Amino acid sequence: MKRIDGRKPDELRPLVIKAGVINQADGSAMVKLGNTTAVAAVYGPRLLHPKHLQEPDRAYLRTVYSMVPFSTYERVKPGPSRRSIEICKVTRHALEPAIFLEEFPKTVIDVFIDIIEADAGTRTAGINAASVALADAGIPMKGLVSAVAVGKINDTYILDLNGKEEEETFCDMPVAYINRTKEVSLLQMDGKIDKKDIKELLKLALKGCEIIYEEQKKALKNRWIGD
Amino acid sequence: MMVVMSELKKKNREFVIPGDEIIRSMDYIPGKNCFREGESIYAKRLGLVEITGRVVSVIPLSGVYIPRVGDMVIGRIEELQVNGWLVDINSPCIAYLPFSGVREYIDPVKVDPLKIYNVGDMIYAKVASMVGKVSVTLSMLDPRARKFKTGRILKISPVKIPRLIGKRGSMINLLKEKARCKISVGQNGLVWAEGEKIDVIVKVIKLIEKESHVEGLTDMIAELLEKEGS
Repeated sequence: MKRIDGRKPDELRPLVIKAGVINQADGSAMVKLGNTTAVAAVYGPRLLHPKHLQEPDRAYLRTVYSMVPFSTYERVKPGPSRRSIEICKVTRHALEPAIFLEEFPKTVIDVFIDIIEADAGTRTAGINAASVALADAGIPMKGLVSAVAVGKINDTYILDLNGKEEEETFCDMPVAYINRTKEVSLLQMDGKIDKKDIKELLKLALKGCEIIYEEQKKALKNRWIGD
Repeated sequence: MMVVMSELKKKNREFVIPGDEIIRSMDYIPGKNCFREGESIYAKRLGLVEITGRVVSVIPLSGVYIPRVGDMVIGRIEELQVNGWLVDINSPCIAYLPFSGVREYIDPVKVDPLKIYNVGDMIYAKVASMVGKVSVTLSMLDPRARKFKTGRILKISPVKIPRLIGKRGSMINLLKEKARCKISVGQNGLVWAEGEKIDVIVKVIKLIEKESHVEGLTDMIAELLEKEGS
């Protein structure tokens, strides 16, 4: 079976990852997955103000996800929305287990994720970019986080949905995965689906994450020591 | 008896990213920027592997400055408090310079402490002590410590400072000699320089930061300085 854009069911969209795209930031990365583009910038660790947010034993990870107004067909109103607040939270939870936050008490690590172009899978693209940017900023980590969304159309499990597929799918399941420790740090799902299907979908997602992980490694290597 | 196998996954000076397995062995100890999990040692930060004896560590390529006791740093006076000054040292930590840490005796009733160090002054100070990981106390009771009145201050990446100093100070001494200038290097990524050829020094320091991974950089810089000097 072929998909709407000619891919195989278990094939990712064309993937481009670039590290060090923003000079001003301590670390940054751009992830382009088909027509979805995410840019992440990391600042810090730096002193956290207001003081009441400081944690005495570990750093505070602040993730800000936003879609730029021209990222979709209809203009996105700038500023936080119900949806973006949720994504900020799940992104933070996806990244937190991979970072040695206890090394920088009372500080903040700022992660700003901007979606330049949206065509489904923005939160996973954002997580991919953020994890490369964190590594680029020299933040101590247990491993890189890779993320991808999976879904099911009719009887086929498909990897990395695009916008058209997302409208048709029975379920949409973004998964974030720390490859080295084999931990799943984000698992969301909307739609209606069997228990058996979930297991299959998870297997497919982890396969996609591994491919992304290899690309993330390559991007960091290119940035720091060339080919 | 079981034979202990140590399996080297990454060579010395090889590039690693966080989570890369460096060595699989219980004979080695995780050093800086590394951690052990099970039988293996993994890289914690992005950088280059360095294995010296039985210690495995990673030389970072990016990141912020984390103070250590004994470091000389360049800081900017931010605020006057009851018993000292708050100093910005280009790091996530808050640095405090108490009145007891300066050479002059200060009685705040009789003398205005701002006459000694005003807000905005740049100082070269020693990290005297640290409480926990974030609160730093500075001291000016070191022969090298002083206030900068002239000259120029450059900001480079703190992880590139060892390269700017060179092996046993080879690079920094070369700069001082060839360009006939005064340089004070802060471990926190700030560098103070003064001299006739200040523009050349700025250019060279920026070059060292950019080309820090190149081998034989000291010779290259020596050549460049020779050319600029004529």
